[in-house]
Amino acid sequence: MEMMLFLLLLSLVLGGGGLALFLWALRSGQYDDLDGAASRILFDDPPRQPAADTTPEERRRRA
Amino acid sequence: MSESLAPSAEAVCAHCGLAAPADQRFCCPGCAAAFDTIRAMGLDSYYAQRLLDPAVRPPRPDGEVRQGLARLATTGADGTHTLLLAVDGLQCGACVWLIEQMLSRTPGVTQGRVNMTTRRLRLSWRGPLEDATRLVGVIEALGHRLVPFDQAQLETARDQTGRRLMRALAVAGFAAGNVMLISIAIWAGVFQGMGPATRDLLHWISALIAMPAIAYAGRPFFVSAWAALRQGRSNMDVPISIGVILVTAMSLVETMQGGEHTYFDSAASLVFFLLIGRVMDHSARAQARASAEQLLALQTGDVTIIDPAGLTRSCPASSVEPGWQILVGMGERIGVDGEIVCGHTTLDASLVTGESLPAAAGPGAVVYAGTVNLGLAITVRATRTGEATLLADCVRLIEAAEQRRGRFVVLADRVARRYAPVVHLCAALTFLYWWAIAGASVGQSLLTAAAVLIITCPCALALAVPAVQVISTGRLMRAGILLKSATALERLAEVDTVVFDKTGTLTLPSLVLLNGHEIEPSDLRLAAGLAASSRHRLSQALLAASGPAPVAPGVVEVPGFGLRMVGPTGEIRLGSRPFAGNRSAPLATGPELWLSRPGRAAVGFRFGEQPRADAGPVMRALERMRIQVSILSGDQPEAVAEMAELLSISRWEGGCSPVDKVARIEALKQAGRRVLMVGDGLNDGPCLAAASVSISPSSAADLSQTVADVVFQGERLAPVLAVLRMARRTRTLMRENIGLSLVYNVLMVPLAISGHVTPWLAAAAMSGSSLLVLANSFRARGERLMAWK
Repeated sequence: MEMMLFLLLLSLVLGGGGLALFLWALRSGQYDDLDGAASRILFDDPPRQPAADTTPEERRRRA
Repeated sequence: MSESLAPSAEAVCAHCGLAAPADQRFCCPGCAAAFDTIRAMGLDSYYAQRLLDPAVRPPRPDGEVRQGLARLATTGADGTHTLLLAVDGLQCGACVWLIEQMLSRTPGVTQGRVNMTTRRLRLSWRGPLEDATRLVGVIEALGHRLVPFDQAQLETARDQTGRRLMRALAVAGFAAGNVMLISIAIWAGVFQGMGPATRDLLHWISALIAMPAIAYAGRPFFVSAWAALRQGRSNMDVPISIGVILVTAMSLVETMQGGEHTYFDSAASLVFFLLIGRVMDHSARAQARASAEQLLALQTGDVTIIDPAGLTRSCPASSVEPGWQILVGMGERIGVDGEIVCGHTTLDASLVTGESLPAAAGPGAVVYAGTVNLGLAITVRATRTGEATLLADCVRLIEAAEQRRGRFVVLADRVARRYAPVVHLCAALTFLYWWAIAGASVGQSLLTAAAVLIITCPCALALAVPAVQVISTGRLMRAGILLKSATALERLAEVDTVVFDKTGTLTLPSLVLLNGHEIEPSDLRLAAGLAASSRHRLSQALLAASGPAPVAPGVVEVPGFGLRMVGPTGEIRLGSRPFAGNRSAPLATGPELWLSRPGRAAVGFRFGEQPRADAGPVMRALERMRIQVSILSGDQPEAVAEMAELLSISRWEGGCSPVDKVARIEALKQAGRRVLMVGDGLNDGPCLAAASVSISPSSAADLSQTVADVVFQGERLAPVLAVLRMARRTRTLMRENIGLSLVYNVLMVPLAISGHVTPWLAAAAMSGSSLLVLANSFRARGERLMAWK
């Protein structure tokens, strides 16, 4: 009986985790472009440039 | 596909893939510059990995500088500006990669991400707002056209609905999976001697999972059913909601009394299955609508305004205010409604009034957005939309027609209206029989009645229609046909009369070179070389006739007159009759271009309208489908008669005003006909709205495209046939599906009424019938769309 309660809880926790992950993926926009995701995998990311998300001034200051 | 970088025998431009001069690697300096930029950035693996799609606009830079972008950008709290742009000319994943890599190496850009499904680029940057022009220029230099969206108008509730449905689907899936898992334990326990205490515990856990999940995930159905009931109507969601709520309530009562059977698993999986249908249906349509929005956005261009100081600058047509003066060059499309202030010219109003022959216009003449200026440059003073009588008339007529159209009741709802009362009566009689006649307890009788509801709950029925629709919509979308309306396919299936507009619908939207056979191929090639550097409508028509041509070097545009270049023997000109033509040649009825060069007689190119290549076979195929075909046109009766004879159409009418056209359509509908209107002009807008269902080509006026239920792309007319055929096939499959689910009900309901249905049997039967219906729906994929027979 205790075993069954444990298994029940475990299945709920695992299922709930899956649900939470899916909702997170949905919120972060991972289902917005399924075609793009399918073809993106085929292309290499060239080594990242000196952090592209900084402005030239910031880069100079850092260097 | 890898492309050779060395010049090949046919000489194809190494960047854009169009024809190039024999000894050159590139067709134009723009392509050479783009190639160099890509090499310099170390991104030349793009050329090895891309796959040029001939149906997509080739990546040839046109050197246009887009203005007024900053106005449409939004600025976030952290000072980051964001712009949403439609991308034209996305060939494949490599283009997406190139654009994103290019932007990631551009200083200032914080995010540049292309959505390949919707073909939109989200561009964020830090720094001055005016950087928009520079950043967009980086991508336009590669040959992709970018058109900004007005984000305020775009990010509508549509995506919100999609996400809400997805969340509901996730919750329903979680609940259905877990409750089913527990249910299997309960069913197995029956054979293995599970004690009642354990069973009750498992029932309680099922209830705790299923009830909140159903309350959350079932909302789309409950809301829709409630809305229908409040208006005194019924739809498919009413029996679904009643079924789900009653079954859940009964199961709860049963659980509290420590009963043997509960149906939480059935209720949860029912909601889950139905939501799958909803989500797919929604996303298919959302995608079609996004594509339609994209097409519209790409059509709108900038206009050149003359400010009070006499200087010119370009800005988006939507931001022009009444009273502003606008310069419309030769071959440009007029972007606003207004009146001509100065200049005499010839105007092609085919997209507005349906007249195929250009007409002369001078100061004081009223012009409408969508008219093309074929002659000299003119200045137009913008007026308010309300003042422009034709547009205002059309909008008013459309509104009136849409009100008269009435609400179309879809097949599923029609079935539900007859089906629901029968089912509910059945359940009630079952309860009365068991309680009053057979002498069972109230709880036992209610439970049997609930089993009837579960078995008859229209799961397969509610999946039957959306499943077929989703597959058909996707199939049509891949063929370039966008279904914007949810009920379009069902309305199309009933069509028995098709009314075509002539200009731009039966005929090609652009002008066509008429006397190509009289012209020496070398003259045509020379003229095309000059024309390749111009965006004039006639130049484009000339290029279309000659096939892709390398751009001749050193071509100068003489605004309002034509093009000229210095050749080996002297000046070569391509342009209007006074500029390059033979003044004594007989006057042409349509627009013309002349090519002159030293020592040779000037060559005249005449242009006119031409029916779409497959118009004839499409008419014949429609007649074979027993569909009556007719033409309603705003053009001169003589021109319409000629076209009707050419295509052997016996019913036609010319010289129709928008009001006339609506009256004809209404008369046909009064006579009991189901009318499909196919039209593109502004003047067709009202009858597109008045007809039972409507289609417009993607070259149509904005207003008409917005009103039409279906938009198709391409130069052929076959999509009209394809969509009608697909609609009929869809209707057949829907009826088969509904038939299948009714047969299942007839077989299972006696079992339920006699009290022999247990929860596991209900679950198995429900899944089985849903799978059967889904499998049948996939037969819609096999339909051959564009075949004639």
